[in-house]
Amino acid sequence: MTYLDHAATTPMLPVAVAAYTEALGRVGNPSSLHTAGRRARRDVEEARETIAAAVGALPTEVVLSTGGTEGDNLAVKGLYWARRAQDPRRTRVVVSAVEHHAVLDAAEWLASHEGATLVVLPVDAVGRVTPEALRAELAAHGDATALVSVMWANNEVGTVNDVRGLAEVAHEFGVPLHTDAVQAVGSLPVDFAASGADALSLTGHKLGGPVGVGALLLRRDATCVPLLHGGGQERDVRSGTLDVAGTVALAAAVHAAVEAVPRRVVELAALRDDLVARLIEAVPDATLNGVPLDAPAVNGGPARLAGNAHLSFPGCEGDSLLMLLDAHEIECSTGSACTAGVARPSHVLLAMGVDEAAARGSLRFSLGHSSTAADVDAAVAAIGPVVERARGALARAGERVGS
Amino acid sequence: MRVLAAMSGGVDSAVAAARAREAGHEVVGVHLALSARPATMREGARGCCSVEDSRDARRCADVLDIPFYVWDMADRFREDVIEPFVAEYAAGRTPNPCLRCNEKIKFSAVLDRARALGFDAVATGHYARLDDGVLRRAADPDKDQSYVLGVLTADQLAHAMFPLGDSLKSEVRAEAARRGLVVAEKPDSHDICFIPSGDTRGFLSDRVPDAPGELVDAVSGAVLGEHGGVQNFTVGQRHGLGLSRPAPDGRPRYVLGIEPVSRQVRVGPAEALEVTALTTETPVWHGPRGVVGDVTVQVRAHGGLAPASVEVHDDGLAVTLGAPLRGVAPGQAVVVYHGDRVLGSATIAATS
Ligand SMILES: Cc1ncc(COP(=O)(O)O)c(C=O)c1O
Repeated sequence: MTYLDHAATTPMLPVAVAAYTEALGRVGNPSSLHTAGRRARRDVEEARETIAAAVGALPTEVVLSTGGTEGDNLAVKGLYWARRAQDPRRTRVVVSAVEHHAVLDAAEWLASHEGATLVVLPVDAVGRVTPEALRAELAAHGDATALVSVMWANNEVGTVNDVRGLAEVAHEFGVPLHTDAVQAVGSLPVDFAASGADALSLTGHKLGGPVGVGALLLRRDATCVPLLHGGGQERDVRSGTLDVAGTVALAAAVHAAVEAVPRRVVELAALRDDLVARLIEAVPDATLNGVPLDAPAVNGGPARLAGNAHLSFPGCEGDSLLMLLDAHEIECSTGSACTAGVARPSHVLLAMGVDEAAARGSLRFSLGHSSTAADVDAAVAAIGPVVERARGALARAGERVGS
Repeated sequence: MRVLAAMSGGVDSAVAAARAREAGHEVVGVHLALSARPATMREGARGCCSVEDSRDARRCADVLDIPFYVWDMADRFREDVIEPFVAEYAAGRTPNPCLRCNEKIKFSAVLDRARALGFDAVATGHYARLDDGVLRRAADPDKDQSYVLGVLTADQLAHAMFPLGDSLKSEVRAEAARRGLVVAEKPDSHDICFIPSGDTRGFLSDRVPDAPGELVDAVSGAVLGEHGGVQNFTVGQRHGLGLSRPAPDGRPRYVLGIEPVSRQVRVGPAEALEVTALTTETPVWHGPRGVVGDVTVQVRAHGGLAPASVEVHDDGLAVTLGAPLRGVAPGQAVVVYHGDRVLGSATIAATS
């Protein structure tokens, strides 16, 4: 099997598995006062400190959660409710057009159920939100805006945003900024304090930790209304008995992944560049979507996720490509959202101005810590015949529709 | 062979896929998404296009350990099945959408795509037998679906596989349970999958503008009343005619014919429904040419059988019935059988 879908989920790092399994053997609720509880509390707090140190946050800023989806929902809804409570005029929710559904749908829900006005910020042809676009929006409506949410790195095309620049603009207008950094942490340098963001989501399973554990980094001075009410375990912003083993494993993974970033970025980019070049050699009319591979740095890091290769193959349907590659034991993704498993053209590509046919005929290969040159070779060897066959299928469908 | 198993999420197609696999084929499961906006949950026993059905299909594929994909056929289904269905009713005819789906979607759009992607055949959970390219009735007389498959050409049949043809439905359910398929007890779907409410009239009235016409007594020629549109009627229909006064003889009246241009709907007594001859549009024909006697014709999915002889022309069949049939409407398919063998199928153009 050739696994080229690390952006969907990546294998757990051995250090995280070790920490996880070791912690699973111990009892203790961190809220209990007895010895077992104290031990559990200590494990959690040490883990929290490790996570905080790795991503440039204070330990109190780490709100443990179940992952990216919860973090995004808590930030978008919680910041909205808090800002609106402080100032009822602030009902505008500004999100980029290329957000993950965890942000996009949360914001849409606020619009349909909580009286919010949804503002979708356009992106440029590479999928980036420019500080100018945000400035234009806030210059007109800054005092009516509750929050801005723009992702650090896009999960489909890998485009990295200038989060620092965007946070500066938001702050000029007194608006908090949330960033979904699910794809960024462990893939490129992330420093919460330096970024200026008020809230940042991360999740374990995209960086070598377990599924179902993550954190929302929330600035000490940010107010956020909880989604989950109960014991108030996490700063009264999130309730629920803490997952000690998961948190310990998350910390081990974050620590290892972040430490490896400088090396990993270079290695993955080299593999990825080779993959892209050879895919295009095999299929000359294939095109790379998103930021060019030689684009200048953003906030001192890569402008594109080092492991991301997202290409359009003209004349093909993504689901045909996926199925044929799967038959060659190559696992990748179309990167687009699914309804009942039905591939719809990606909202990310459409927002970038890619036409619908090209959007349907695209694939995301995403490399990660376990990827090798052999994976690249396997994908390159398969792509030519696969594209040819998928083209045949689409051409045939076209003939019949035309006839 | 590489076989694509069309999996609706029901018990039949799941067992069909299992059998294809057990026969040694390389099987890939595909669920056809036919609705652009699928409902989350299935409503009652109708339909097969909800997200829940898609999940059921995926779960079965996982249990069978075969790859599984969803193919979006919603646009093709709308163009080739739903829109013609509405247009046929609007023209005063009675279409069969399941037959069209087999003809245009499962064994055309899907089969074409499958073949282009390297598959040799499409397997479905239809109850029908296929030996050496010859389509025959299924072993289970209550479940036989050869009627809605009669429209398939020799080339389509050459790439079709119906693994359930020799089985009884009860055996298929038992087999599903034995194989650990969660759909073993799932109720059969019936009616029209894209009208989950079962309210065909309501579905049509949302899509066909009202165009009033006269209700006329077929015998006397008297105008009995007005109606809102020909889509509300099917030949043989008794209820919902909107007639306030009973017939002079007190007997029920039925729709006998629909005239699409003048929008006149003729009504009359039950015996006037009887037809003894019909002509068709261009058939799909596998049998001998010329006059073929000693056949049986079937004019709807369940029942509607009569002995007949058929004159076969390139552009249509002329069918003489050995016993009258009631409720035969233009637009319906007539399928011609010799014993249990399907000789051909054609859309009925006129009756007399
Ligand atoms: C950008 C982005 N945000 C949010 C999520 C959701 O994270 P999780 O799977 O932890 O809920 C994902 C992953 O699917 C993602 O890629």
